[in-house]
Amino acid sequence: MTYEFDFSSLLPYWREFAEGVWLTLQLSAISTVLGFVGGALCAIARADGPPWLQRVVGAYVEVIRNTPLLVQVFLVYFGIAILGIRIDANLAAVLALVVNVVAYTCEIMRAGIQSVHKAQIEAADCLGLTKTQTYWHVVLRPAIERVYPALVSQYVLLMLASSITSQISAEELTAVANRIQSDTFRSFETYIVVGLLYLALSFVVRGAFSVFGMLVFTRRRRLGTPL
Amino acid sequence: MSAVVKLSNVHKSFGALKVLDGVSFEVNRGEVVAVIGQSGSGKSTALRCINALETIEQGSIEVCGHAIHSDKLDKRALRLDVGIVFQSYNLFPHLTAEQNIMLAPTCVRKLGKKEAKDLARECLARVGLAEKADHYPEQLSGGQQQRVAIARSLAMQPKVMLFDEVTSALDPQLTGEVLKVMEDLARGGMTMILVTHEMSFARKVATNVIYMRQGKVWETLPGHQLENPSTPELREFVGSEL
Repeated sequence: MTYEFDFSSLLPYWREFAEGVWLTLQLSAISTVLGFVGGALCAIARADGPPWLQRVVGAYVEVIRNTPLLVQVFLVYFGIAILGIRIDANLAAVLALVVNVVAYTCEIMRAGIQSVHKAQIEAADCLGLTKTQTYWHVVLRPAIERVYPALVSQYVLLMLASSITSQISAEELTAVANRIQSDTFRSFETYIVVGLLYLALSFVVRGAFSVFGMLVFTRRRRLGTPL
Repeated sequence: MSAVVKLSNVHKSFGALKVLDGVSFEVNRGEVVAVIGQSGSGKSTALRCINALETIEQGSIEVCGHAIHSDKLDKRALRLDVGIVFQSYNLFPHLTAEQNIMLAPTCVRKLGKKEAKDLARECLARVGLAEKADHYPEQLSGGQQQRVAIARSLAMQPKVMLFDEVTSALDPQLTGEVLKVMEDLARGGMTMILVTHEMSFARKVATNVIYMRQGKVWETLPGHQLENPSTPELREFVGSEL
């Protein structure tokens, strides 16, 4: 069996590929930011909130972490439609990804928060800091620094998992590829290109996080040691 | 002289364990009081009660006019008047020495960054660590970390400073450098209460020494008379320490 590769028939579609890459990046970036903020708040609620809230957040996290992303995407997409709200597929995709990544971020951040020793909080308290000030300066900042590598993995994973939203016709990279391969009948070549594009995206995203980490975590930049 | 810290008949238990059993003592302005005793005698708990880190079941504690035992206690106002230094330093690991010191003055006293930085430098100089301002805790020795912790507390300009076995985790040389800083503070007129095992320091620097035993104040005596206790228990304790 011989297979003749033909990448040239994909060349006319370079603009579509580029648009797919761009949308994937946008979906991932928005979901990452919202997911981080939401996840951090959930982590605070789960670590230090009132008991009822801890249970609610805990239940949400367990449901999300024990069901497939694809199913969550469909539930969000059709759920919103049933509520009678019309939103476009890209927005639905972001919502579904946020719902998903908030749960994972919550667990990672919770581990970070719980790694901060009680004595640190006591010391801040004794210096007269308010609860909020203590939380921000003494708990969250070192917690984030400590779990940053785990968060980065999660957000790279999120970027890759965003391909699933092609199922609700969000116009991201995989959806673009699906269309191109049905136009050209060059499925294998199309997915090779898409695979390489995702690989490149992963490197870019990791690189961006690495630079961001260097900028934000002064201690790590100067000492090079984990906190 | 007015009492800055006054404990009256303080009782405190952890479950069935009676830790403080009717403790009373006073500390006046400018005095240095060393609290000594075996482990488990309640001395650290007494210190923590003074800063409202533990609640008490009975009795009263007044610190700089704050009624610690009261339901209406304003803890934050109390903490502006009282500084505490812990055995385990508890520096914030993600901040430099200088940032550790600047945090509370900027957050609590609302100093500007420039003012806070100057204050931090000044406090670091007082503990002999001016050149370590940009070092992170993990780059400092235990003794240096403890001195930064003292400087951090000093920056809030407390009226009373509490020291909870601050040299217990340090070797003799590092202990010496921390005690030197504390001695300077005492000479500067700071009101200090220290829980310590450093008998020679207590003898040299303390106005009064309080010997605690079984949750009670067993004996109180001036620091310079530490070698001549009146109770056989303290005599034995001092003898075993020296």
